[in-house]
Amino acid sequence: MEPAVRLRAAVTLLGRFPALAGVDLEIAPGEIVLLKGPNGAGKTTLLRLCAGLCSLASGQGWVLGHDLNDERRMVRRRVALLGHRTGLYDDLTVAENVAFWARAAGAGGTDVDEAIERLSLTGRLADTRVGRLSAGQRRRASIASLVVRRPELWLLDEPHAGLDQQSRDTVDTLVRGAAAAGATVVLATHELERIQVLKPRVVSVVGGMVRSGSDSADAPNDGDASTEGDRRVP
Amino acid sequence: MFRDAWLIAGKDLKIEMRARVGINQIVPFAVTVLVLFAFALDTDQEALRTYAPGLFWVTVLLASLLAIGRSFAVDLADGASDRLLLSGIDPIAVFGGKAAAIAIQLVVLEVLLASGVVLLFDVTVHRYGLMVCAGLAAAAGVATAGTLYGALVSGLGVRETLLPMLLLPVVAPVLVGATRAFQDAFGVAGAEGWAWLGLLAGFAAIYGVFGALSYGALLEEA
Repeated sequence: MEPAVRLRAAVTLLGRFPALAGVDLEIAPGEIVLLKGPNGAGKTTLLRLCAGLCSLASGQGWVLGHDLNDERRMVRRRVALLGHRTGLYDDLTVAENVAFWARAAGAGGTDVDEAIERLSLTGRLADTRVGRLSAGQRRRASIASLVVRRPELWLLDEPHAGLDQQSRDTVDTLVRGAAAAGATVVLATHELERIQVLKPRVVSVVGGMVRSGSDSADAPNDGDASTEGDRRVP
Repeated sequence: MFRDAWLIAGKDLKIEMRARVGINQIVPFAVTVLVLFAFALDTDQEALRTYAPGLFWVTVLLASLLAIGRSFAVDLADGASDRLLLSGIDPIAVFGGKAAAIAIQLVVLEVLLASGVVLLFDVTVHRYGLMVCAGLAAAAGVATAGTLYGALVSGLGVRETLLPMLLLPVVAPVLVGATRAFQDAFGVAGAEGWAWLGLLAGFAAIYGVFGALSYGALLEEA
């Protein structure tokens, strides 16, 4: 079966500096992969590359069978990226935001209702402007606006950040459900204990490179990338 | 494509109606500029009437910078610009939708300012048809060029200052054409208003096509 993600010596530049310095990575369809590494290691850039938002300076890459050099628009339609920012409009309500992104993805009204329900955003919360929500509620609304896309590849950057216990459980359920439905999930998080229950394959990202082997989800993850010996990014 | 363009335009207009930045900030700014012109030329009513078309369009262009900047600021505020890229919406539809939303806001602004010009500058409109057509064509021209240059600078930290520097020289033909057309409509000069309207329509068409074709590449670079 064709890998969901395949990278060969992938190099991505941020300005003049390589944020990813020759990454080789293969992720099978339906797999849950945890990207582990210190701050600034390149996890976010790797997720953005897989979403088709970064270009390859050199090397090769395919996501869901589409070439990252030539078919990034095709990649983008089939993935969902939950980044550090919510991607929502403050002056629209939760329901309006979710409905907008649903229509943009060609999804219907029932998908919107279902997503709002799944993320516990029903009732008055659905009609509240996003600008008036707490950080955790915004995060849930952001996830709801991704759920409606029914992506084949989930790219989650710190998905638990800013969420309370109940919402974190909701995210974990969502990840499990996505994987059970055949979607691939790649996530970067510092909350390793939570993720262990999902039994992910762990991939270490250090200095813009992927290290394979001897990885476990309970190994240390915090710290600054500048303390790593083989860090290449200046 | 039209469905997606309308989706983008509807979203931008709904945000503007909710945020009331247009009503609370852009319109008062434009009216203030117009009033300042009136104060500056107050002693000479004839000069005020003569220069009213030019003053009107300078005011519209200055106010349009705020509307264009605002249109891109809402997408940049919390990462929605990335989401737009990921949505799979054709960049041509994004361009068309954003330009349409800006054009509609400019038309509303023009109507309010035109009323102000008639009241403050004691201007009489002789050719309503010409005035309406020139107003629509100029709004389309400023909106298409503004959307193009707004996207060009949207990824830059200096976008607020760079946008006026890039856009104002580009829309100089709109200022000239719309001023001449309004001079004819107001009966203050013997300009060939309908001929200048052709220039405005041509400008809007060129920037509409050029913007639609290049917008995808601009979004990638932003």
